[in-house]
Amino acid sequence: MDVEVMRSYLPLYRDALLLTLRIGWQGVLLALFIGVVCAVILHLRLPVLRQITAAYIEFFRNTPLLVQLFFLYFALPKLGVRVGAALCGVLGLGLLGGAYMAETIRGGLESIASIQSESAQSLGMTRMQAFRYVILPQAVSRSVPGLVANVIFLLKETSVFSTISLMDLMFTAKDLIGMYAKTLECLTLLVVFYLIMLLPVSVLGSLVERRLRHAEFGP
Amino acid sequence: MRSLGLDVLWKGKNFVRLLGGLWVAVRISLISVAISIALGVVIGVLATGRSRVFKAVFRVYLEIVRVMPQMVLLFVVYFGTTRVFGWDLSAEFSAILVFSFWGAAEMGDLVRGALISIPRIQYESAEALGLSGGQVYRYVILPQTVRRLIPLSINLITRMIKTTNLVMMIGMVEVLKVAQQIIEANRQSSPNAAFGLFAVVLLLYFAICWPISRLAGYLEKRWA
Repeated sequence: MDVEVMRSYLPLYRDALLLTLRIGWQGVLLALFIGVVCAVILHLRLPVLRQITAAYIEFFRNTPLLVQLFFLYFALPKLGVRVGAALCGVLGLGLLGGAYMAETIRGGLESIASIQSESAQSLGMTRMQAFRYVILPQAVSRSVPGLVANVIFLLKETSVFSTISLMDLMFTAKDLIGMYAKTLECLTLLVVFYLIMLLPVSVLGSLVERRLRHAEFGP
Repeated sequence: MRSLGLDVLWKGKNFVRLLGGLWVAVRISLISVAISIALGVVIGVLATGRSRVFKAVFRVYLEIVRVMPQMVLLFVVYFGTTRVFGWDLSAEFSAILVFSFWGAAEMGDLVRGALISIPRIQYESAEALGLSGGQVYRYVILPQTVRRLIPLSINLITRMIKTTNLVMMIGMVEVLKVAQQIIEANRQSSPNAAFGLFAVVLLLYFAICWPISRLAGYLEKRWA
């Protein structure tokens, strides 16, 4: 293993990490937003919108991100819709993640017994107040483990961005191996950088989970 | 109206080639899931045991699988270990190795979760009735955990199918690669083939994964 070579690659990997993080977080935020909207639509059983949301969730949960990205990046321009690689990454991640987040949040909402909503309403709260002050806080605390798992899953999935020529970590490693054939050094750096990116998220996630479990009520 | 390239699909043996590519990904998934389930049951049972060393090893293993993208693992095994140890791994073998490594951890965690979800009192009551350690598992714990695990294992199959198309990155010709080849070959006569072909690939994946995940959902509801 040649440490000098690895040191000379560091700036390239750092830039790639920053790009991966930027697109990753934008994608995760979009996913959370889509997820919350979809979960609320499903929970409130809004007509028509509910069927559309369900179809969207089923479709994106049952197809691979790689194929979704290829469709966004290579197929849509044929219809005249041209999307840049970075935007494609954010969109792909957001749409895929939105479907997963929606299921997780909906699971959290559903796990709160309906008697709680009814009791709150019989105490004189409106339906919205019951949702806001009784159901939502508990549902959020129950969804957190799933949401953290989704965030890690989405950040991991960013590795397929290299296929639509975004210069992320995977792309950089592949590129450097192709040019200088320092396979071992490149792959070691790749693993190290993914650990730098994801271990803190994973550790932080477990801490938050443990903290929230204190706030849980009932079985 | 511009052609969207669906005509290319029916030219020659294109559609059959596409399905052949899909089979490559599905075959790797099924082999990996079978290995994962077998290993995962052993790992999961051991993880609920008393050995602290094994528990620590299991947690590290789980954490690696949790944070490392499967594509990185594929590259490490296919390009890294072959370089370092000088052995010769086929792409398919590397893929099965990596996906089993991933699947066994996931399955191990599911098995562990299912086992600890059985109340402790059931183990104790069974033992109090005079059942031996093996009998407790055979007659009391396993029948309950298996019901919980079957829907989850079926879900693992769809997750595996959605992941194995990464083998394209280590040079295997699976459905996406076949689609790319067909698009390249028809670039002149049908410049919009990318739309039709990638749309069909998306639909093919959906057609495979959707029924499987519906089945898992149905079993989960029924046996809950």
